[in-house]
Amino acid sequence: MSSRLIVSRRTLLTGAAGAATLAVAPGLRAPAIAQNAPLKVGLMLPYTGTYAKLGKFIDDGFRLYVEQKGGKLGGREIAFVQVDDESKPEAATDNMNRLVGREKADVVIGTVHSGVAMAMVKVARDTKTLMIIPNAGANDATGPACAPNIFRSSFSNWQTTFPMGKVLADAGIKNVATITWRYTAGSEMIDAFAENFTKHGGKIAEKMTVPFPEVEFQALLTRVATLKPDAVFSFFAGGGAVKFVKDYAAAGLGKTIPLYGAGFLTDGTLAAQGDAANGIRTTLHYADNLDIPANVAFLKAFKEKTGNVGDIYAVQGYDAAALLDAGMTAVGGDDKQRDKMIAAMGAAKIDSPRGPLSFNKAHNPIQNIYLREVRNGRNEMISIAQKDVDDPARGCKLA
Amino acid sequence: MDLVTFGVQLLNAIQYGMVLFLVASGLTLVFGILGVINLAHGAFYMLGAYLAYWIAAYTGSFWIAMVAGVAIAFVVGLVLENVFIRRLYGRDHLVQVLLSFGLILVIDEAREILFGKDVHSVAPPAWLSGSIQLTDNLSYPVYRLAICGFCLIVAALIFLVITRTKIGMIVRAGAENREMTRVLGIKFDVVNRYVFAVGIALAALGGIVIAPISTVFPGMGDGMLILSFVVVVLGGIGSVAGAAVGALLIGLTDTFGKVFFPSVSSILIYVLMAAVLLWRPNGILGRREV
Repeated sequence: MSSRLIVSRRTLLTGAAGAATLAVAPGLRAPAIAQNAPLKVGLMLPYTGTYAKLGKFIDDGFRLYVEQKGGKLGGREIAFVQVDDESKPEAATDNMNRLVGREKADVVIGTVHSGVAMAMVKVARDTKTLMIIPNAGANDATGPACAPNIFRSSFSNWQTTFPMGKVLADAGIKNVATITWRYTAGSEMIDAFAENFTKHGGKIAEKMTVPFPEVEFQALLTRVATLKPDAVFSFFAGGGAVKFVKDYAAAGLGKTIPLYGAGFLTDGTLAAQGDAANGIRTTLHYADNLDIPANVAFLKAFKEKTGNVGDIYAVQGYDAAALLDAGMTAVGGDDKQRDKMIAAMGAAKIDSPRGPLSFNKAHNPIQNIYLREVRNGRNEMISIAQKDVDDPARGCKLA
Repeated sequence: MDLVTFGVQLLNAIQYGMVLFLVASGLTLVFGILGVINLAHGAFYMLGAYLAYWIAAYTGSFWIAMVAGVAIAFVVGLVLENVFIRRLYGRDHLVQVLLSFGLILVIDEAREILFGKDVHSVAPPAWLSGSIQLTDNLSYPVYRLAICGFCLIVAALIFLVITRTKIGMIVRAGAENREMTRVLGIKFDVVNRYVFAVGIALAALGGIVIAPISTVFPGMGDGMLILSFVVVVLGGIGSVAGAAVGALLIGLTDTFGKVFFPSVSSILIYVLMAAVLLWRPNGILGRREV
């Protein structure tokens, strides 16, 4: 193995000497680096199951960025290895170990489900594998579990809903009831909203929860009608979000008690929600009609590559690749210079389709959170709810 | 809680119970009469909902979707019984669990190939799409009330067929003593096939009828399967009346549990089930011996 490498290097050098005389020196850089194997990127995403569509969009976004760079990041070829995590936390550790151990992935990108992502974080911490989370929002990943080799290109749960607290308080809303699923993402998003809302003088009438992933809301909607709060703030996603929004409208509550939510309440679900979603305001780090050059160019390129309309998940995948690119470029494709690479990633300033994107000490994105309203079957931007929102990274010991 | 709110919550509870009954009735038939544990019941419920979405999108009519969806499910049920299920009668429950679990995987994959994995919604028939104002700020969709009525009709039909017709008599006789029924020259095997197909059709019917109020999404059958088993075990295996009682009890427990004890609401129905089984090990209306 090693002798073969030496031979190939010698051949290369001979070739290089010859080539130099022909004055094609710029062409040399690529073969000089190609003596290293391609950088192996492990994509651990849900390719089947409830989150399959999200996984596919993240995958497409990531590959789109790499293609735009000619299949190379920092001049180094990129090779992919895929694992379907099926959004199953119980299989997450095994899957991650397979990627890092048998497949020898240099970088792992994953995943959507927070429970799976936290299991991956644990393995990444133990094996010091470079990891970028392209969706899962669990606060802990860039909180108590933060590590130099762990980055996030998406959001923390705290981040997406915290700005909404002030938005509602500023709108003169005093009294809000909250509804969500009783699990980590739900409580983190509701708590961040409540934290900011009460800080600005608001009062939480009642925090209602439904066991995850149950979708029977009728009893709680009746409860809302009795409580008569000024507004309802909620978080659901996927099928649950569609049913909740439709049930809320069918119960006639929307006429007197406006519904607000975390952005996921109306993201990727609008076709099924139909008119019931009209006028619902949510906060997220993206809006469908963001009129900035990076977004316009991204949506066009994504459409050309996949035939689909890009969304936040595609953007998060795209930015994960951009973040990796920032690191790889700083070290000229040599990922063995880890400290330098990680420092460059931490200091990266990315012109993301979602707007300016940088990273805090815990490697969570610092980004704008937008206030959006559902109009014309899209989440259209109303305003920037809060500029450059930085997660407090509670419990993170990175300086 | 004032009287009006209590009334509305009671309505919520009964309506939820009716929905559970509709889905669980097919399970209790197959379980009680054929002695087959069909884990794929929830998958057929999901398949029904997807068929409703798909056919309604093509034809624009919810009623066509309903009739065609039930017919398709019935035929699928006949074929499955003929190819797989009939080999399982009287065999170990574990074999049945394995086979029907396999069916879940196949149906899920078929759903993914045929319909994709997006979330969909189905519009109720236009004349049922309105709502009734209940209190100053709360209204109730007419379609939910219509489901209650529909479930009552289905329950009455099942009851009549089983207690008042010759087919029902054969079914009851077969459930009581399979060998003796065969010895008497009754083609119990043919009846079995139809009972299974009806069970599958009922699961699909549940999915179709519920589709307009419960959006159509992958995995929607999983939660419903567990609840259906709770209903069946609670009411007494094989008893349609028991399923009705069990479903209403769960509707009440779940709804008022969410109102009064929100933090433990998810375990209340299982506590209820455990308590009932301690009191009556064969379920509320279950026969003494099984």
